[in-house]
Amino acid sequence: MSSQRPSSARPSDHIDSEQPDPSIAQPKLGLSGYLRFFWRQLTSMRTALFLLLLLAFAAIPGSIVPQRSSDPNGVVLFRRNNPDLYPVLDGLKVFDTYTSPWFSAIYLLLFISLIGCVIPRARHHYLALRARPPRTPARLERLPGFSSADTAADAATVVDTAREVLRAQGYRTEVYGDSVSAERGYLRETGNLVFHTALIGVLVSVGIGGGFGYTGQRVVVEGQRFVNVLGDYDSFNPGRFFSGEALEPFRISLDSFDVDYETEVPEAFGMARNFRANVTTTEPGADPTTAQVKVNSPLDIGGTQVYLLGNGYAPTITVRNPEGDIVWTDSVPFLPQDASLTSVGVIKIPDGLSEQLGIAGFFYPTVAQLESGALVSRYPDLVDPLLTLRVYTGDLGLDEGVPRSVYVLAVDELTPIAGGGADEPALQLGIGDKVDLPNGLGTIELDGVKRFASFDIHHDPSQVWVFLFAVLVVLGLLTSLFIPRRRVWVKAVRSGDGWRIEYAALARGEDPGLERAVEELAQKHAAAIALRLNP
Amino acid sequence: MTPVFVSISLIALFSAMAVYTLAFIAYTLDLAKRSAPTRVAEAAVTQHRGQATALLERIAADAPVTGRSRELKVAFALTVIGWGLHVAAALFRGLAAGRVPWANMFEFSLTATAIIVGVFVFVQFWQDLRFLGAYVVAFALILLGVATVNFYVDVIPLPDALQSAWLVIHVFVATLGTAFFSLGAGLSIVQLLQARREAGRSAPRFLATLPSAEVLENLAYRLILVGFVFWTFTLIAGAIWAERAWGRYWGWDTKEVWTFIIWTIFAGYIHARATRGWRGSRSAWLAIVGFSAVMFNFTIVNLFFKGLHAYSGL
Repeated sequence: MSSQRPSSARPSDHIDSEQPDPSIAQPKLGLSGYLRFFWRQLTSMRTALFLLLLLAFAAIPGSIVPQRSSDPNGVVLFRRNNPDLYPVLDGLKVFDTYTSPWFSAIYLLLFISLIGCVIPRARHHYLALRARPPRTPARLERLPGFSSADTAADAATVVDTAREVLRAQGYRTEVYGDSVSAERGYLRETGNLVFHTALIGVLVSVGIGGGFGYTGQRVVVEGQRFVNVLGDYDSFNPGRFFSGEALEPFRISLDSFDVDYETEVPEAFGMARNFRANVTTTEPGADPTTAQVKVNSPLDIGGTQVYLLGNGYAPTITVRNPEGDIVWTDSVPFLPQDASLTSVGVIKIPDGLSEQLGIAGFFYPTVAQLESGALVSRYPDLVDPLLTLRVYTGDLGLDEGVPRSVYVLAVDELTPIAGGGADEPALQLGIGDKVDLPNGLGTIELDGVKRFASFDIHHDPSQVWVFLFAVLVVLGLLTSLFIPRRRVWVKAVRSGDGWRIEYAALARGEDPGLERAVEELAQKHAAAIALRLNP
Repeated sequence: MTPVFVSISLIALFSAMAVYTLAFIAYTLDLAKRSAPTRVAEAAVTQHRGQATALLERIAADAPVTGRSRELKVAFALTVIGWGLHVAAALFRGLAAGRVPWANMFEFSLTATAIIVGVFVFVQFWQDLRFLGAYVVAFALILLGVATVNFYVDVIPLPDALQSAWLVIHVFVATLGTAFFSLGAGLSIVQLLQARREAGRSAPRFLATLPSAEVLENLAYRLILVGFVFWTFTLIAGAIWAERAWGRYWGWDTKEVWTFIIWTIFAGYIHARATRGWRGSRSAWLAIVGFSAVMFNFTIVNLFFKGLHAYSGL
């Protein structure tokens, strides 16, 4: 193996490393030699570059094909539309691109390569920080920014004033005989190391820290409340290392839900804005406090964020048996289907009447009739609300112990008695209306219409770490790109009876301002000498 | 007042486009003049006479700094005037809407091109890059044309999802980054052509009056570095906003994916500069690919890809 050690502990194909002598023949490698060879390959600049570009390329399919993580319905749709292509892509994990083995392999290799690069450089930088600036080269003429000037001062004055000027400019200096060797910009390499280490920090925080969090969803109707325990969620996705203790005990009651509708700008008439959920929150040992949850403005409570992600109408419906006794009453969230909030919902009444009753409803906040006779909502606010109900009887399947969605009614297994093909038309109710159910089953009444809010509840303890590392990424990037690192030498040389001063510099990394910096140094130095000679 | 402001904005915009068109013509005339026989003779001498090469090359490289043609002066003056009108168009659009003028595709295009031309104008204080004028102005004109014909939408109030201080910061910095990337890509294109010429292959004659490929590469690199810092900030600001608006800081939304891809390509570009064998034309290609990805992200992804960044207004 070549024993040549790169001067800055950078990869051997870094542009600032010395070019390896191609005439040196490689000896035969043993196992450890091969391992070292592969390690050097993995940590080379070329490999890092290749992996970076490969990572960019590998991220593309995930933006073209719907992803399970961000668009599960899109995946279902894709499967329906491309039944032949779906299994192939699914086998390649394209629907989970960013957790797929091939994508993970690329970024893990990239980060191993990065770590392999950062560690030796950090060690080298630590030593450099403690070392003195290197000895002045014997011949400065060949270096960039070389210039020279005759001086009336002697060598001691030249060296002394040069040292002063350089120190004032933030250089570390060291005197070697009649010359000063100076170096500055150590922060550039520090920034570079901070940048790359912080990237590792981001990855680790996301990978491990994210596992301690959870996300959950819950629909809350005005006047109802949500308690942060597992059983009170509509859906819940725990992280890998989640335990029930992570649920902070708190309670949120939805007092009211308000929306403004645009009425002034004709192009945006009816556009809903300023959604706000007015809530009362209670934490253990504290008085209840009121708060507002808005889009772009989540509620922070007990290290948990509560986001407002959706809203809609929840008609309050009461069903009575023929004797007039209430057998069922509730505010049922209806899911919005369009911008004018045409909404659909399902009511299941297994007990209390002579038969099990399933009801599929449409709710129109401002009802209008199309030419075809179909009803639609034409404005999202409650101007002329109408609830239409198709009523079915039969076995709702609630007694089989099989979980069923509250938003879906399996009408194929039921018998329609109003609407949906039955002799009687669908029931229609305005607010306060009460109508008879077919077959003398009883009555149904629309007592009122409330609003509901759907909340996303997130807890992610790694978030703050990701943020801190991201800030370090930016700071590291700024210092590593814009602080020049350079060595400068000032040397007094005998010239006839007097002395001549020589200046030269060497850039370490990108340094477009190097030559100008040497010129400025020479000017300042001349001024300092003049001041010293003629105070 | 809104309809009045909208009209003023559109009048200013169409005037700006007319002035830019004149500027483009003047820039092109300047390039044509640079290809004129006197220069060509110089270039020919450069290529055929060994000993004199170095000296003549130097004169040629210095030419744009010392002697600026009348056409170029007119072109740049027109660019500044057009830019003034362009900025007025963006300002009045913002006044009409009562918010920042970048909340849909039309407004993004309007403001982004204003920022690109603005960066081009102000960069002249640092380096004389007037020879990129034809490229910059043509780019702005095409984007503005597409914006007014295909992307135009009326002023409507901001949806809740966009009501955030981050709209101001995140989008503005992204556009600023785009401006620097576009100039960097322009320089890289000229660099590639210049490298062809320097290698003795056929290339447009006016290149003889432009800086050497190495100088162009260094300039491109420094502009792209600035763009990269802005882009990094955009990525982080976007993540913070996503956390506030959607409840997660990163979710591989299509736009997030492409922002990440662009960041990675330019990270690759910066590494390429520091990798032996990749400095020069190879890294220039990466700069061009990176900027193409930025434009792809702005147009194709906005219009045709499904995702949460659905604010084109179309």
